[in-house]
Amino acid sequence: MIEIGLGHYLTLGAIIFFLGVIGIFLNRKNVIVILMSVELILLSVNINLISFSIFSGDLLGQIFTMLILTVAAAEAAIGLAIIVIFYRNKGSIRVEDIHEMKG
Amino acid sequence: MLAHAIFFYFFSILAIFSALMVITSRSTVNSVFFLILDFISVGCLFIMVGAEFLGMILLIVYVGAVAVLFLFVVMMLNVAQQKQSWFIGQKSTHIPSGLIVSVLIFLELLVVVGGWKYKENIMSSSNLVIDTSVTNTHSIGSVMYTDYILYFQLSGIILLLSMVGAIILTYRKRENVKTQSYIKQISRDKSSAVILKDVEFNKGVKIDD
Repeated sequence: MIEIGLGHYLTLGAIIFFLGVIGIFLNRKNVIVILMSVELILLSVNINLISFSIFSGDLLGQIFTMLILTVAAAEAAIGLAIIVIFYRNKGSIRVEDIHEMKG
Repeated sequence: MLAHAIFFYFFSILAIFSALMVITSRSTVNSVFFLILDFISVGCLFIMVGAEFLGMILLIVYVGAVAVLFLFVVMMLNVAQQKQSWFIGQKSTHIPSGLIVSVLIFLELLVVVGGWKYKENIMSSSNLVIDTSVTNTHSIGSVMYTDYILYFQLSGIILLLSMVGAIILTYRKRENVKTQSYIKQISRDKSSAVILKDVEFNKGVKIDD
């Protein structure tokens, strides 16, 4: 309990990943919260990579975390741009109102 | 060691609580605020565990850029009024399957953590050993600009593409707004712009006819 090891960090990453997946599935409000859940999932992946990198003494995990940060920023920008043009066309970004593709 | 444990539990409980609030909070603005809190606590965890460069980058990139971008979009789109909680109103058929899939993913992650404990040689397969005599930023830079320069430049290209894509997606032509037309300006020449006229004395000149 006192000794904080790799398992603690991995458990934290697992819990945040789980909360992000739940946020994607159970969201009823709008698409922005789904994007935020995706950010949570990427954050938990970063926690996993960095904790493995630190506890195994390998720097490669931190390099890869930087690449994930880059991709996450790009994804947020593109996703928010898509949301803005969707709102401009439809006037709403609620999840129930998005059914043009009949999925 | 005790202080490490106390800080770890403090920041991780804060991170889990704010992640829970992100997905359950009723207004989207509150979700963004708790997302910022989540990023900050995880960034503090990174700094605490020894990856201080990435912790700072997390603070700068996520809190300073991404979360503020979310906040801008939320405030611009007027979605703060659409307060609606999870199970009210619409009868949704995908909530039970979503719950099942989420719990299964969580159990799979726990199985992975448990299975890792029985594998012996995973920690000894390091090929890029952290040098503790220099700072974290120094060691990341000395690897990233030499051996991984290709990935670094590829991530730069990804950022450039996302910037161009976001601008193209949100750009629209508006009516009744005066803008410059560079093609028209550049393609003017002397014959269409300058007229030479003989002006009679005391008569003046009319241009418009």
